[in-house]
Amino acid sequence: MHKTRVLTFVVILANVIGNLLLSRGMHQVGKIVSASPLDYVRAFANPWALIGMCVLVLWMIAELALLSRADLSFVLPITASVYVLIAMCGHFVLDEQISLVQWIGIVVISLGAALVGGTPASTTQHPAEHRL
Amino acid sequence: MKWALVGIISICTALGDLLNTAGMKRQAAVEELNARSLGHLVARIFHNPLVLGGIGALSISFFAFLSLLSISNVSFAVPATAISYLLETMLAKYVLKEGVTWRRWAGASLVSCGVALLSW
Repeated sequence: MHKTRVLTFVVILANVIGNLLLSRGMHQVGKIVSASPLDYVRAFANPWALIGMCVLVLWMIAELALLSRADLSFVLPITASVYVLIAMCGHFVLDEQISLVQWIGIVVISLGAALVGGTPASTTQHPAEHRL
Repeated sequence: MKWALVGIISICTALGDLLNTAGMKRQAAVEELNARSLGHLVARIFHNPLVLGGIGALSISFFAFLSLLSISNVSFAVPATAISYLLETMLAKYVLKEGVTWRRWAGASLVSCGVALLSW
């Protein structure tokens, strides 16, 4: 249970840091409107976007590790705390305004995550015969 | 076009998360949180068609979301896709057979509403 909590924390943190770095990079790159993934790949010449993407790859690995231990219906609402942390970073670090409705949204997401956090992380049997 | 993209994003996100969860439950659970154990996990993913399919579906969803952002505002894009929390909880209950109690339903519903309010 302790390791599941550590993994959950890593998943949330990596998502927030990765998205903030990627967002900073994409703002420097400028607007991209294209259906071709190649145009988006070109954006990774920007170091912020590249580091952000690397952190998001780590996030994906941590998320998969977490899903090997916990239910999807447990992981999803709890990792939605990412929205709260990104809004908080925007407010306290980047000085962005948060409206009353957005504050209510932050409280509602936190309540939802806390409710699910009180349930057992896994309710299914693990069929794998050996563990890493 | 906007709603077609919302449909693609919701379906691909739900399918991706579903496949990833089913795939990761089939391979060994990560017990140790060190580089060796996580390296082993990555190596096994390449032999796990469910997880490869899941990552593929999430990639489609990611690019569809970028396209949606380019033709609409974040205030439309984020709430329109917030419904996927409820869709995925339903799939977790009926496809993955997870024990979705009232607390989890209430949590997923609150998160869906909260995400919609946050992008108001």
